[in-house]
Amino acid sequence: MLNKILLIGVLIFTSNLTFAQSESPHSSDVYSMLFVFMLATFIGIGVISRVSRLLHTPLMSITNAISAIAVLGSLILTGHDYPDYITILGAVALFASMTNIVSGFLITDRMIKMFKTKSDKVRNGESKKS
Amino acid sequence: MIYSIVQFSFIIATALFVFALYWMKDPKTARKAVFSGIAAMAIAIISTLIDPAIVNWEWIAVAIAFGFIVGIPLSKVPLTAVPQRTALSHAFGGLAAGLVGTAKFYLWLDEGPENLTTFRMVAISVEIILGYLTFTGSLMAAGKLQEIKWIPQRPITYRGQNFINIGLLAIAVLCGVLLIFNPVEYAFLFPVIIIIATLFGVLLIIPIGGADMPTVISLLNAYAGLSAVAMGFVLDNKLLVTAGALDGSSGLILSIIMCRAMNRSFTNVLFGAFGQVQAVKAGAEQRTAKQETPEGAAQILEQASKVVIVPGYGMAVAQAQYRIRELYDLLTKLGIDVKFAIHPVAGRMPGHMNVLLAEAKIPYEHLIEMDDINSDMPQVDVAIVVGANDVVNPAARNDKTSPIYGMPIIDADKAKMCFAIKRSMNPGFAGIENELYYADHTFMLFGDAKAVIGDLVKQLSAIVAEK
Repeated sequence: MLNKILLIGVLIFTSNLTFAQSESPHSSDVYSMLFVFMLATFIGIGVISRVSRLLHTPLMSITNAISAIAVLGSLILTGHDYPDYITILGAVALFASMTNIVSGFLITDRMIKMFKTKSDKVRNGESKKS
Repeated sequence: MIYSIVQFSFIIATALFVFALYWMKDPKTARKAVFSGIAAMAIAIISTLIDPAIVNWEWIAVAIAFGFIVGIPLSKVPLTAVPQRTALSHAFGGLAAGLVGTAKFYLWLDEGPENLTTFRMVAISVEIILGYLTFTGSLMAAGKLQEIKWIPQRPITYRGQNFINIGLLAIAVLCGVLLIFNPVEYAFLFPVIIIIATLFGVLLIIPIGGADMPTVISLLNAYAGLSAVAMGFVLDNKLLVTAGALDGSSGLILSIIMCRAMNRSFTNVLFGAFGQVQAVKAGAEQRTAKQETPEGAAQILEQASKVVIVPGYGMAVAQAQYRIRELYDLLTKLGIDVKFAIHPVAGRMPGHMNVLLAEAKIPYEHLIEMDDINSDMPQVDVAIVVGANDVVNPAARNDKTSPIYGMPIIDADKAKMCFAIKRSMNPGFAGIENELYYADHTFMLFGDAKAVIGDLVKQLSAIVAEK
């Protein structure tokens, strides 16, 4: 419970930082970025140390997909009216990130579906019979 | 207005990403994790695309289409190939980060050097070094795991290896520092950094052997995440920073778990190649291991009341998990309690064995972690070691001269009886003799894991049929 409260608190805090910045959209505030980075790392460590060891392989593929958030950078580079070579670099990066998103989420789902308990199986067996 | 909408959707996406990882805590909630992750990603992408400055829709559509064309087959690989796939996707992640960093640098250089502030240059340098080294390093790792012919499987070491590696990295960092202080004048160093990082990635993986792959894959996972963080700093995008940090901390934690499970440090894994050390010691004395036939083994198994199966990478190679499932079914039918003992570094990536056994529909409550099963081992009647070697080697507990001394192991030797399924007496990957095979109560079953377990299943089903 305490952890959940902590988590929500941190999220509200990071969102405040984001809003504080909205007044000056084009200047980058180094310190608020570093703040976000530090807090996100701690949340990550807290959340991930609770992940079941059974699921370490799916965890790795879902974090693969999540880190393909780099897709945002590639979208901006590809989409904006930049010189051609930038568009091409962006498009290749976009392709790479998109591949990770698609394959990452799909294979995670595929693996997770395989994890069954004994009772899950009995239930499935019955539903097939009926 | 659009700015606020975008930022607000980024906050929601961040929350959803955190929940995605939180729900990975249990297989029961894990599917929610996937949906939450997909929702977060969709929100992030859509809110980026509503920016009116996005005009090159054809390019975006083509790149996304190719992403799907390559991504869907990549998600359907057999589960034994999951380590390669994971390494490959780290490579893609690193490549994306590297390319975006490169494009941003030249873009800002074109638009005016005042854009290349110190902070941005630091971020770009970190991004491209991490990005390109993750790219080639992961490609090499994937190649090794896939056993591609022209990539050497055995760790390759040479004199002064660490000196060369660290020297190269130092040059790259030096170039980065020069660029930070004067991006315009030293712009020619930018490609140099890219080349060095690319080369460094290859050199970093060459000396690493198969047994260290779980750690290395985790570490590359962390690098891929950190390069996304650096990209977030470059693009002034907090969602990139948070999502990248989540990925980075995941890679970090997994690498720590893997290192602990081998009782080694990061530096030792990365800079101290394994496997050369012990080659001399083998053959010092000729000892014989006792052998057992599948018939005999089946009869012993029938009498047991508690059986523990210890799977290793050999099980994955022989694709024996379905046969093991049949064995599990038969033994359970005979009223025998069957558990699986999973060592954290068994296989080629974290959790590899769990996924393979889950694929064979073995209920996950029977997959027990090393720490939890070891206290039960003395009560176990039969331990069956399938394609595992170093993770059951008692030398890790007893022999101070052994290179794996201190590594936590599954105490298969403490079971009342032990069957080891193995192709031959050749020492395993690390080239270390395994005391377990010569113990009084250990019996070897020689042959391919799949075939041997198939024989066991045949014998046992005959016994079950008689009853």
